[in-house]
Amino acid sequence: MARVVHAIQCIVCPIGCGGEVTVEDGTVTTLTGFTCNKGLAYAAEEVVSPKRMVTTTVRVSGGGLPLLPVVSVAPVPKDRIFDCLSLLRGVSVKAPVAEGEIIVADALGLGVDFRAARDIAVQ
Amino acid sequence: MRELSYDVVAIGGGPAGMAAALSAREAGAERVLIIERDRELGGILQQCIHNGFGLRRFEEELTGPGYAHRYIEMVRNSDIDVWLDTTVLAAEPGGVITSVSPQAGLQVVRATSVVYAMGCRERTRGAIRTPGSRPAGVFTAGAAQRMVNMEGYLPGKEVVIVGSGDIGLIMARRMTFEGAKVKAVFEIMPYSNGLTRNIVQCLEDFGIPLYLGHSVTAIHGKDRVTGITVSQVNEKLEIVPDTAFDVACDCVLLSVGLIPENELGRAAGLALDPITGGALVDQFRQTSLPGFFAAGNVLHVHDLVDWVSEEAAIAGRSAARHARGELPAGGEARQVAAGEGIRTVVPQRLSPLEPGKMSVRFYFRATRPMGASLLQLYADGELAFERKLRIVKPSEMIVADIPVRKIGAAARLEFRLAPAPGKVETEEEIGEEA
Repeated sequence: MARVVHAIQCIVCPIGCGGEVTVEDGTVTTLTGFTCNKGLAYAAEEVVSPKRMVTTTVRVSGGGLPLLPVVSVAPVPKDRIFDCLSLLRGVSVKAPVAEGEIIVADALGLGVDFRAARDIAVQ
Repeated sequence: MRELSYDVVAIGGGPAGMAAALSAREAGAERVLIIERDRELGGILQQCIHNGFGLRRFEEELTGPGYAHRYIEMVRNSDIDVWLDTTVLAAEPGGVITSVSPQAGLQVVRATSVVYAMGCRERTRGAIRTPGSRPAGVFTAGAAQRMVNMEGYLPGKEVVIVGSGDIGLIMARRMTFEGAKVKAVFEIMPYSNGLTRNIVQCLEDFGIPLYLGHSVTAIHGKDRVTGITVSQVNEKLEIVPDTAFDVACDCVLLSVGLIPENELGRAAGLALDPITGGALVDQFRQTSLPGFFAAGNVLHVHDLVDWVSEEAAIAGRSAARHARGELPAGGEARQVAAGEGIRTVVPQRLSPLEPGKMSVRFYFRATRPMGASLLQLYADGELAFERKLRIVKPSEMIVADIPVRKIGAAARLEFRLAPAPGKVETEEEIGEEA
């Protein structure tokens, strides 16, 4: 039976509890050191399937600026962040762009869209 | 030359200026103007493309541009005038504002009330007196952020970050995302000035080491930076001999603090707080010059934009009331002092409290990190109020509503932080100011 103890620093609130999460055969068995339910949920997910919001830019032509900031509408698995960045590096859009517009739908089949974080007017 | 008059003019179109203008208009100011020197509204938020903004204000996590967008839409849907690409040269007592723009040339505006909302700027290499040569490739983190996120330039490929402020941490991740190698972050203090979340998600996620208690003792390179020398420091921040080592790099980013961009206020002769670098204000955010208000990072550097919006709304409402002649004037202002453990407190004075007011909201910064603590109010030397805090960090503002009945009629108020005896279980939620 594989038993691994992970040290996890909670990031949910400023208190920043440090705790340990024990995983046995891929299942979280014990959590120690966390002091609230949000922290417990974060720590368990952080060990089993860590996720992050991804923000970056894509090229935009015809606008006042050369770049459009984009944001994932939901967190993506941490180990796919650089795949998402590679995908977005090849994306180019034309002004005008409206805030909230979908720039890439269902990126890499992860079920997460990337949306424009701002308007870019034609210039 | 145009000459116009407005009830309220906000100088700066970032989060503070927009929130101040909107709330001034809402509070009945008829003619409201925002003057912004950039080509668009939004201020620094437009380059902060990461998310985490607005949890308090909008109850969701927005990107910087996303947060700005909400306010830009509100301004667009109002009848507030906006002058872009316009730099204010002077705002003089009496409300005479002189500005220039490439389109309109020299313009003079008469404002009944003025809200300073110019934000802050970064401390530079000069501010931390780093020795060595003066090669290219040394940038402040915020300047690099604008290059990478808005202008499409990468300032370097082998990066060292000096200072562990949030902008530096955010840029460590951002540069990594854009293909640069971030070799390390060096922080002179024994603790980081950044949020724990940023340490985890911007450094640890990518294996970027954070060296606490380390100072840069030299920057090398003739035309382009080639590396830095770093040494350990002791608890007095003195260099520890024989601990020096070199790190090769082609880019150094400085994240060593922010200072209010308050030249206009200084030129107008405002009384300033030597610690915040901003104006001394009362609970209306009125400065020592009647009719001149201040909010946002030009007043004191904030940790969250949500607090900036909230504070600017206070300044905007007060500015509107002043413009209508309805802001209570006169009466002795009481001093509010930062005592043991407190580095800054805003507001720094209390004008006579209005009838019906239940509490006054104060914003604090701590001197040093502390565990469970007590925020204490001493009124004329007597302990009048205590609130428990689970944790205290200099990087995070403490916000507390102090009941008016605890303030009483005391002539001098002083806030202190003391270690809390035992374990502190609860923390008061901060809602709307009462």
